[in-house]
Amino acid sequence: MIGEWVILWTDALIFLLLLFSTAFGIYAARKEHLRGPWRLVVRSRVGVSTLVILSFYVIVGLLDSVHFYPLVNSVEKGGAQTQSAEVISLFDHLVTPLRERQEKTYSAPLATHLYAKENIELPNGEVIRDYPRLEFGGAHLTMPEVEWSEDILRLSAMGVIKGLLVSIVITNILIMLLAARWNGTYGDAAKLLITGKTVIPWRTALITLMFVILILFWSIELSSHYHILGTDKVGEDVFYQALKSIRTGLLIGTLTTLVMLPAAILLGIMAGYYRGWVDDLIQYVYTTLNSIPGVLLIAAAILMLQIYMSNHADEFNSLVERADLRLLFLCIILGVTSWTGLCRLLRGEAMKLREVDYVQAAVAFGVGHFQIIVRHILPNVLHIVLITVVLDFSGLVLAEAVLSYVNIGVDPTMNSWGNMINSARLEMAREPVVWWSLLASMIFMFVLVLSANLFSDVVRDAFDPRLRSSR
Amino acid sequence: MIAYIIRRALYAIPILLGVNILTFVLFFVVNSPDDMARMHLGMKRVTPEAIETWKAERGYDKPLLFNESSQGVDQFTDTIFFQKSLKLFQFDFGSSDSDRDIGYDISQRMWPSLAIAIPVLIVGLMVNITYALLIAFFRATYIDIWSVVLCVVMMSISGLFYIIGGQYLVSKLLHLVPISGYDTGFSAVKFLILPVLIGVVGGIGAGTRWYRTLFLEEINRDYVRTARAKGLSEVVVLFRHVLKNAMIPILTGVVVVLPLLFMGSLITESFFGIPGLGSYTIDAISRQDFAIVRAMVFLGSVLYILGLLLTDISYTLVDPRVRLS
Repeated sequence: MIGEWVILWTDALIFLLLLFSTAFGIYAARKEHLRGPWRLVVRSRVGVSTLVILSFYVIVGLLDSVHFYPLVNSVEKGGAQTQSAEVISLFDHLVTPLRERQEKTYSAPLATHLYAKENIELPNGEVIRDYPRLEFGGAHLTMPEVEWSEDILRLSAMGVIKGLLVSIVITNILIMLLAARWNGTYGDAAKLLITGKTVIPWRTALITLMFVILILFWSIELSSHYHILGTDKVGEDVFYQALKSIRTGLLIGTLTTLVMLPAAILLGIMAGYYRGWVDDLIQYVYTTLNSIPGVLLIAAAILMLQIYMSNHADEFNSLVERADLRLLFLCIILGVTSWTGLCRLLRGEAMKLREVDYVQAAVAFGVGHFQIIVRHILPNVLHIVLITVVLDFSGLVLAEAVLSYVNIGVDPTMNSWGNMINSARLEMAREPVVWWSLLASMIFMFVLVLSANLFSDVVRDAFDPRLRSSR
Repeated sequence: MIAYIIRRALYAIPILLGVNILTFVLFFVVNSPDDMARMHLGMKRVTPEAIETWKAERGYDKPLLFNESSQGVDQFTDTIFFQKSLKLFQFDFGSSDSDRDIGYDISQRMWPSLAIAIPVLIVGLMVNITYALLIAFFRATYIDIWSVVLCVVMMSISGLFYIIGGQYLVSKLLHLVPISGYDTGFSAVKFLILPVLIGVVGGIGAGTRWYRTLFLEEINRDYVRTARAKGLSEVVVLFRHVLKNAMIPILTGVVVVLPLLFMGSLITESFFGIPGLGSYTIDAISRQDFAIVRAMVFLGSVLYILGLLLTDISYTLVDPRVRLS
């Protein structure tokens, strides 16, 4: 099934980021001053429930970041397996039915018929004008008009029952684990959990998880026979597109920060620590970059990239690779426009820290500048970096949609919420309205951004004691 | 004071020079004018002569930095850098790639932009401050908690959705105002209502939350406690003491965006078909008209720096504690 593995640039970076965050997690677990705030985060109910939702998005995004060439049965070679020319991801592989069941054109969510009327030839040779049946959506029904609602109900019920079963199993496993950890009986642990008296709000986490699982199983069940969010202009499943867009959104939100962090941290601390001409120079650089309106700088850079790409078309092996490089470039240029804020914050903080007694003592002891920065300044500004990273995420996801609308975002061939909105907005003028693409992308984006916003508020409150007290 | 302003204004020059050099590198060095010409004339089967004519018509046929074929000062002035980049300092934007006078276009198109941006700013400010004051009055009650939740939810909705949803609801279903378009004079009002409304609604989430934080910060100050101890009512405390002091950060936040209002809003203007500077920029981007994008980048930077300058000045005016240093 799986042929040669492919590592795209963004894949490599996203796994590098994962490695970094794991390393940071291990580091933070050993330091009390970093562990404390995280403990506050997981003890807040908003914190855990958004964490559950976010991790669902992250899992989909990660699965979608493992690419390979699939093996297909080729007809010419008599059924022997050959490598396909198209790169797909592990996620694509898991949802193969969604990916491959293409209709002709638009169809409404859960529909059995196409959106537009066509000439249909009846078996007796007569031609009538009617809505043709979908090739895959509800294809198992013989009399869709009669059976449709019953079939939907049956499939939904199946999905809900399966989801509930899985949730119950997970709940039981969790109770057993908690009981083992607290050295108590199963009954005690279950009682504590159900009354919501645990320190970490397990009950909230479980309820959120149950919702996610129910929706997951419901959509798996229904999408095996229908297009649950309809199909788009070329008949592609909208649900599949919205799921694929998760990766793009996550990448923009995280890689941009990853790209800008080294420069922002290094320059910010240097400006604040060394003062003098270093400070002047760095301030000059970021004021200059900051004074260019962000959208225009991105537009200019992307236009230049387009020219470069169309003049050097032969340098890219495949469309996927080209779209991937454009995404990476977009992240870099977004990083260039957004690092200045963090840099300024860090400069101010480093300026304060260099006057602090322990830094003065280190200077008196003859510790080198580099050592002081790494040992005393950097650990003390890490919380600012973390808060900025988390706060920036949701803004970047929203920015992607706007940029793609202006055609200076991700490659038009790439799945992204911005591209979905962009192609859907013209369809609002149709009669009847084609609303599902728009709504699907909006909902997926809204859930991600809302969770990220709520989560970042919790993180900020936990890491910034000054704000906590003023509330 | 005047010496301070002059010093600040002089500080803007190296920054603008930096912007200028950056755009020059981006537009002429990363990709040569030949690449641009090929892009515009179509990729395949472009004769070298056609490229040369295209470049000559737009003045891109000069050397980048140093012209060997000229004499004296002309060696430096008769180059792309001088003609296309440095001339921006005189606000001489030259002509666009489709041969229109950019300066004239900008002066024409900035009025529709302002017609949207100013009402959005003023109405938005009033709505947000009123709502934030209301939340501050009912702080730590359910009204406060649910208002904050509402703000976060509104912040999490993409701006595109407000526009598309608003157009669909107000224009298509209710037929209250036209979907898009623009007119001169007073008949423009019916085209402006919806974009202004959407601009205000879209800004409520972030704005109100920000002002609420400002108010709550002030409410914990000592002078507020003193005012309460004197026996002043909560309403008087809020309006006369808290609002007045919170106006300092609010005002400076507003002043910094004032000049940028001229640039208009890219998305709103292009959705509503308003011939402002925002849609001008978008059109230029999609037509790949580099001359216009370059001019707008420079104009945007000038206005941003003007905003910073105005902020500094307004700080010293409203808050005597800030020293001129």
